[in-house]
Amino acid sequence: MADLHFLANPARFRRFSQRVLPGLAFATVLMLAVGVYMAFFVSPEDYQQGKTVRIMFVHVPSAWLSMGGYAMLAALGASLLVWRHPLAALMARAAAPVGASFAAVCLLTGSLWGRPMWGTYWVWDARLTSMLLLFFLYLGHIALSRAYDSPERGDRAAAILALIGVINLPIIKFSVDWWNTLHQPASITRLDAPAIHNSILVPLLWMAVSLLFLFVWLVLLRTETEIDRRRLENAEAAA
Amino acid sequence: MAPPLLEVTGLSCRRGGRLVFDRLSFALSEGELLALTGRNGSGKTSLLRALAGLTPPHAGTIVWQGADVAQDPETWRGRLAWLGHLEGLKGDLTVMENLVFAERLRGGEAGDRLEGALLAFDLLGLSAREVRTLSAGQRRRTALARIVLSQAPLWLLDEPLNALDAPAQAAFRTALQAHLAAGGLAIAATHAELGIGGAQRLDLRGGTSVERPA
Amino acid sequence: MSGFATVLMRDLRLVWRRPGDVGVVLAFFVVATVLFPLGVGPETNVLARIAAGVLWCAALFAALLSLERLFAADHEDGTLDLLLLAPWPLELAALAKCLAHWIVTGLPLSLLAPVLGIAFGLDGRSLLALGATLLVGTPTLSLIGGLAAALTLGARKSGALLALLALPLCVPTLIFGAGAIETLAAGDGIVTHVAILAALALVALATTPWAIAAALRQAGE
Repeated sequence: MADLHFLANPARFRRFSQRVLPGLAFATVLMLAVGVYMAFFVSPEDYQQGKTVRIMFVHVPSAWLSMGGYAMLAALGASLLVWRHPLAALMARAAAPVGASFAAVCLLTGSLWGRPMWGTYWVWDARLTSMLLLFFLYLGHIALSRAYDSPERGDRAAAILALIGVINLPIIKFSVDWWNTLHQPASITRLDAPAIHNSILVPLLWMAVSLLFLFVWLVLLRTETEIDRRRLENAEAAA
Repeated sequence: MAPPLLEVTGLSCRRGGRLVFDRLSFALSEGELLALTGRNGSGKTSLLRALAGLTPPHAGTIVWQGADVAQDPETWRGRLAWLGHLEGLKGDLTVMENLVFAERLRGGEAGDRLEGALLAFDLLGLSAREVRTLSAGQRRRTALARIVLSQAPLWLLDEPLNALDAPAQAAFRTALQAHLAAGGLAIAATHAELGIGGAQRLDLRGGTSVERPA
Repeated sequence: MSGFATVLMRDLRLVWRRPGDVGVVLAFFVVATVLFPLGVGPETNVLARIAAGVLWCAALFAALLSLERLFAADHEDGTLDLLLLAPWPLELAALAKCLAHWIVTGLPLSLLAPVLGIAFGLDGRSLLALGATLLVGTPTLSLIGGLAAALTLGARKSGALLALLALPLCVPTLIFGAGAIETLAAGDGIVTHVAILAALALVALATTPWAIAAALRQAGE
């Protein structure tokens, strides 16, 4: 019985994921389609930002999801280190590249937005700089989890890193904000307006939920793949 | 027959999907030696590491004098003398410094016992030499002197005879017999005969059990 | 002698036997710093403006460069097993090793940096501030770098990976360390900066030793 422990949770996860995934994929596509329609055709142009405000509908949710994704990595790390939950390791392995991708999307859309607004693709804006550092934290996690011949060792090392990372993330954010105010007067347009009108807020939240669906769908799908991969590796190791 | 000091029950260890050893049980009383035999990769080193608490076992318990050692790992570590396949010596320190350091690490002072330990393995003339200048056999002898010096009740030895010439092997046997005669315990992984009578044997075949996909 | 002191004294003695290893790190620091005037140009006002950032970054790289061997050497000769099996908390051994690393790198770097600062045209107060912020900030680098070294123990390409893990986590220390000198140039005091650097060091002190210990236990498995 104890020997089956490793597979017990992943096997149960598979049954769950196989039931959920098709519906989730369908819902994600539908929500995204509606969200994109709202973003492009329903919501008005911003009086200051013009059409470029539409970039926010992807940019802002990506920022939220990449930050939430790192918190999730830390939670999964804790569950692996404390309870030795075997699924947590595989899920963290699956989630890290997804979170990193959202951070990358956030950075790319940020610089695309910056081109017309700031006149350049990159400004050392506090938010963008923090996001860049978060992206590096993700890269470290991904690289560390794949740096060992024994995948279990990589899982646990990455779990420790995620826990230390999540403690340091607010400190990094605080110090970058401080650094930014020191070096640049706060005259630069912030990415968010102080008060957001409902005509913008509704599509923004809709897109946030849609992209959350996409995030969950990708993580579940990739977790399935990681389970298969680990099983194959174990079978090879045993052979 | 004295009640066993050390009782190991149902100890299992897994690496990746591979069972290294499965549900091992044995008991050792005062003055007893357990010889672990088996081919390369049969799990002898893994078993020693699991006993020392270096690798958390996947299942099973280790009980010393009636108490589960997992409850108080620090006290348990204090009862162990460890000789791995690496000697655990610093090349830039002398033989003497290495021994003093190892003993302080265990919370003790080598003091007067140092000379006896050096003498037992014919290291007196080498005590001021830096370890990196020693031969493999001389290093192994230094590591064994460290074990003797520790005065720990349980010796965990991984291939203790490695690289030892005949006189050094004899010195090791003498030291081990003295340890056992004083009521100590020892568990040694070996593929050669230890040459000590009355040893228990545990033959590990392991490494073949495969978990089946559910 | 306590286990903490034993590990600390042993590591210091090992460095004492091979002072060249520390010399290489300090030489790297000097050479890396000297490259900047050659690359940027010798204008004194430009150099004075970038001096703090350059010296802080170079100190960070020099500290990381020397960290790769912090646990790897013990791992290779088996003394890591002795640390793991010592009958007292591994967290203390981790802390002792980081402290030893700081004494042989962070401390000399803090003393050396103001000397190099002269070549960058920093004034006396800035030189003092540079030394002070490095003194308070470099322990954090040793702790975070020690964690990265423990996490990458036995990994493939561990040197580059160590830097990738440690650098983002060192950003706050870098910002407040280098920022202090800039604040000084603007006419303000640096007490806040030093206090924040000390707070960062305390956070690292509270969080990294257990994480290093956990990473070392895994490396021992």
